[in-house]
Amino acid sequence: MSKRHLLAMFSNFDEAELVVKELRSTSIKGFNPDDDLVVKSPIEHPEVEEFLGDKPVYVQWFTLFGALMGGLLGFFLISGSQAGFYAQMKGGKPIVPFPPNFVLTYEMFILGGVYISILGFLICAGLPAKRSPLYSTSVSEDKIAILVKSDDGGISALKAIFTKHQALEIQEEAGK
Amino acid sequence: MKDIREDIAWAKINKDVLVSLENPRKMYWVIVFSALALFSVGVGCEVYQYNVGMGVANLNNPNVWGLYIATFIFWIGMSHSGTLLSAILHLMHADWRKPIYRFAEAMTTFSLMTAGLFVMVHIGRLWQFYYAFPYPSERWVWPNFQSPLLWDAMAIFTYLSSSVLFLYVGMIPDLAICRDNLHEGWRKKLYTFLALGWEGTDRQWRNFRITYLTIACFLIPLAVSVHSIVASDFAMSQQPGWHVTSFPPYFVAGALYSGCAAIITLFIILRYVFKFEDYMTKSILKKTVRLTFAIAMVWTYLNAVEFAAVWYGHDVDAKQVLIQKATGPFAPFWWGMIFCGSVLPLILAFKRFQTNIPVLFAVSLLLNLGMWLERWMIVAPTFSHGYYPWVWDNDQWPSLVQWGMVMGSFGWFTLLFMIFCKVFPSVSMYEVKEMVYHRSLHLKKDETAEQGAH
Repeated sequence: MSKRHLLAMFSNFDEAELVVKELRSTSIKGFNPDDDLVVKSPIEHPEVEEFLGDKPVYVQWFTLFGALMGGLLGFFLISGSQAGFYAQMKGGKPIVPFPPNFVLTYEMFILGGVYISILGFLICAGLPAKRSPLYSTSVSEDKIAILVKSDDGGISALKAIFTKHQALEIQEEAGK
Repeated sequence: MKDIREDIAWAKINKDVLVSLENPRKMYWVIVFSALALFSVGVGCEVYQYNVGMGVANLNNPNVWGLYIATFIFWIGMSHSGTLLSAILHLMHADWRKPIYRFAEAMTTFSLMTAGLFVMVHIGRLWQFYYAFPYPSERWVWPNFQSPLLWDAMAIFTYLSSSVLFLYVGMIPDLAICRDNLHEGWRKKLYTFLALGWEGTDRQWRNFRITYLTIACFLIPLAVSVHSIVASDFAMSQQPGWHVTSFPPYFVAGALYSGCAAIITLFIILRYVFKFEDYMTKSILKKTVRLTFAIAMVWTYLNAVEFAAVWYGHDVDAKQVLIQKATGPFAPFWWGMIFCGSVLPLILAFKRFQTNIPVLFAVSLLLNLGMWLERWMIVAPTFSHGYYPWVWDNDQWPSLVQWGMVMGSFGWFTLLFMIFCKVFPSVSMYEVKEMVYHRSLHLKKDETAEQGAH
């Protein structure tokens, strides 16, 4: 069954919060609030996360992996090179000296952590992305948008909730 | 005095910042063309030195680094305050940083790019730059992974690339605002490309917050390590006056100090040029000034520690270098450093000067002059007064080519910075909105509590 999108605009977070709470508590056929509901806002708003419920973030695992890989890669590249320089006169000093190698390992640890965190961010945030089927530029100014996706049967119920909460504007996508 | 007005409409924030991209005051163009002229002088000097040889710089043995490496350290140091404002104060939830951290981050990036030029310039033979890369080759050019110079190259590369990424990631929501609000043209295409399709969804914000925080956590130790490693270029050598344990913290404090002074200068310039009086407020300036004062005192203390360590130590040569700095041919510059770096900032302790823009502009420039002199006084006196009398060369004076290159670097930095501020929003729109939002919430809570009490 084809899904259709609806976008409702609100002037403040309080109203948007009430709408989301109602959407989550009301059973609407063909609409699953966990998967079919997106809130768009002009600022990072911790309360949005609260009323949307806990959703996992995995960026920190990319960070951990990147930092460890960066550090290991750094250390083994340096040590591997030094071990290959056995022909160089070292005057009795160790071929692979740990204290100075720590500095470059440390830098590579950070480099790997930062690069892979950015990669993780892009993957987890779904960027680069195509425009959503419905979008309003006023989201980047001062409005809060709620984008929902539902079967044809649920659209009217969703519209009714948006209208009840005095949505400033409702955009509707044509059915496919 | 408020950091920002709580009643500024979000739409106005967008409008004011977007206008800055298209209609700055005329002073903007005066600054850009002056910077271009200075940069041209630097390019001319480099072309001349490239064609004729390093002799024209009046560098010789033992004076091998001269102004080039002193200025290199200066620009590396300048970069640190961007990290201070964007990362350290971010972790400390100091929200007054929000309207000013973007340009501080840009300053970090461009000052690192400027510093990198001097590594190239001081080599002289640019075409042989790749010899400096440590890689095992058939020519038996042995890399020395124990050398702080190599650590330096790696640290600066890491810092530069991480800072660029941090600056870019933090700017994505603002790039989306630019994309949505500007007319068709090259700008629209550029912002559309760079915004990566950002729409401000809850998923994007959630991941953005964690990523930004994570990179901030990485940048702080990275910034400290970068200047500690630059300090190690000196402290790990055996040269008199450089082999001092306190050099790494001394360098880091100096870096934060010069960076903060530069932030005050650029704050005042941007506030006027882009008409940002509503965002770069005097209250925020006051906080920046107080921060600068505190760091100035830390720097002064570490200077005293360094002098005391040399004076009471048993290294006769290091002591002689210190005496030579204070009484020899470098004395005017060394005392100038002390005056600009330790005495002048005392003016910042007085409330009446903490928001006096003309005074602060002049003081910030002099503070940076002091910090530049500091770097020169680290490099030059030690080279001119080594262990053996037959290497003493106190008459070395940088040639006009060296001075031209130093001037050129200021032109290059200013040019890059001003172009950035004209192409990208130099005030973070979404974070200023957050600041206004949270402050207005607090205000409402306070009013409600007051009404309840009555």
